[in-house]
Amino acid sequence: MKNLDLNNVSLRELNQELQNAQNGAQYVVENSNGKHNIAVGLNKEQSVTINGHVGYYCAGMNQKADITVEGNAGSGLAENMMSGKVHVKGGVSQYCGATAHGGTIIIDGDASARCGISMKGVDIVVRGSVGHMSAFMAQKGRFVICGDAGNALGDSIYEARIYLRGKAQSLGADCIEKEMQDEHRKELAELLKKADITDISVDEFKRYGSARKLYNFSVDNAY
Amino acid sequence: MSVNESWLLESKTFSKDAIREIQRAAKEGIYSIRGGGAKRFVPSFDDLVFLGASMSRYPLEGYREACNTAVTLGTRFAKKPIELKIPITVAGMSFGSLSAQAKESLGRGASEVGTSTTTGDGGMTQEERGHSNLLVYQYLPSRYGMNPDDLRKADAIEVVVGQGAKPGGGGMLLGQKINERVARMRDLPQNIDQRSACRHPDWTGPDDLEIKITELREITNWEKPIYIKVGAARTYFDTSLAVKAGADVVVVDGMQGGTAATQDVFIEHVGIPTLPAVRQAVQALKDMDMHRKVQLIVSGGIRNGADVAKALAMGADAVSVGTAALIALGDNSPELDSEYEKIGSKSGYYFEYQAGNCPAGISTQNPDLAKRLDPVLGGRRVANYLRCLTLEVQTLARACGKSDVHNLEPEDMAALTVEAAAMAQIPLAGTTWIPGKTT
Repeated sequence: MKNLDLNNVSLRELNQELQNAQNGAQYVVENSNGKHNIAVGLNKEQSVTINGHVGYYCAGMNQKADITVEGNAGSGLAENMMSGKVHVKGGVSQYCGATAHGGTIIIDGDASARCGISMKGVDIVVRGSVGHMSAFMAQKGRFVICGDAGNALGDSIYEARIYLRGKAQSLGADCIEKEMQDEHRKELAELLKKADITDISVDEFKRYGSARKLYNFSVDNAY
Repeated sequence: MSVNESWLLESKTFSKDAIREIQRAAKEGIYSIRGGGAKRFVPSFDDLVFLGASMSRYPLEGYREACNTAVTLGTRFAKKPIELKIPITVAGMSFGSLSAQAKESLGRGASEVGTSTTTGDGGMTQEERGHSNLLVYQYLPSRYGMNPDDLRKADAIEVVVGQGAKPGGGGMLLGQKINERVARMRDLPQNIDQRSACRHPDWTGPDDLEIKITELREITNWEKPIYIKVGAARTYFDTSLAVKAGADVVVVDGMQGGTAATQDVFIEHVGIPTLPAVRQAVQALKDMDMHRKVQLIVSGGIRNGADVAKALAMGADAVSVGTAALIALGDNSPELDSEYEKIGSKSGYYFEYQAGNCPAGISTQNPDLAKRLDPVLGGRRVANYLRCLTLEVQTLARACGKSDVHNLEPEDMAALTVEAAAMAQIPLAGTTWIPGKTT
């Protein structure tokens, strides 16, 4: 276990150390103080625990690393993540998991607007609620929301699957409720387990996805 | 009864073209989508001329005296700036929009003459990376195919904020061009229309972009030059903000710039021409004391060496060619007229790039059509074309007495129209008059 204190090392030094780590390395980052771009571009099977709040793009483009934030996270957490795991103990700001291709994001608190925007294969589990326009143009992956969702959930969604426990203020264009089948209950149970959520049953969720009416341009749904 | 055509008076408001468009809209109920750039007349580099050396200036000998064309891009922050042998690059065009053979050809051609080519919306292909010595990786709102491994393989990163054909607009790759490979690269099903968003998903405005660019630099070890590409609109402010956000290079694309598929109304009615955009971008850089420190690439309707020379003389460091490079590859060739006829078109008029039926094998994903394009021959044509442009720029520069094409300056030119004089802030030929500046 190695300690990196952002009061003593620069962001460049921190990221260089983390990016050049060996598989199995373990790091603790102190005094993050909401700084941007912490632990971006990691690509080893390593663990990083950040003891505090982080700013924009923490864990951006992560590959393989297991990153935990013991506080809140700013905009663009784990954007374009490819693999690995990112766990935030607090809440997160906008665009959480934007365009992420793989891996798992777990948010213990709430997520702000546009959570999972253009997600391309990542799994996102939010213990709380999510803001408006979440899962906008979501292409692939699974998105579990244990609380409520703001306006226009899943607007222009493609093939991503949304599991929502609470209510959506409104559904976006082409997003509809879909039947929960065994296959869905099974994958949802696995996702909840991955996030260590044991007090909520899969039966409390509804599934949402694409009506696929916007898939090919037609004058009758142009506006 | 016979009609005497000379007595028929066409309405200037309801012209034949306007009537035909109303009739088309009434029939189809949808705007027309096409590729290419603005077809309408706009003031352009054609409205400027060079003042060759004479008694008051001293020319260089046309074929023998050296005239440098090399340029370095990304000197502001990047540890590894890009060194181009010629000031002409190949603009971003996606695999998906173009065939893999076309992308490979562009890479081969650009590499042969020591310049760069650029990916597009849809990610980096092996064909392209393998055959491009210098490859600029476009970072776009859709992030289709975007991954950090490819980002690290790139020689530069271009953050695309907009393009000249449609500043403020996103894109659409129609389902007929989405084959299995394109679909897989974009993480979407086959045969469905793929929308490219008009805004980036994880930043809004220049303050966010500054943080985003730091992220990109942190992930790529501060090695790669980072470009910001904007469609020409409020170019003075857009350039200033790009510099503020931390760009190494600003790319300004005028309204003549092409696209693969956009609404005709957007192509023709949004954005400003390349001519005034260059002047505004250079002005912004000069006002920030950043001219030549942050490099400027200009694109949008660049066709020949004269266009390149005039862009450089106005203060650009390099230009990009897109549509012209496709034409060099064989797009719109008269040899294909019988093929164009089958799809209701003709060489010189074919801009239905969205349809995926390109007889030249360029803007298509149909394997039978795509294999018509031989990447070695295509690469040779692109290289020939770029060489020709370079020779033309050198010819003009020497005639103005310059031993480096970047020494061309506004003072070397005159404007032929009042509009061009106003837009370029270059005196009207035969006068010292610059509208808005001198009386």
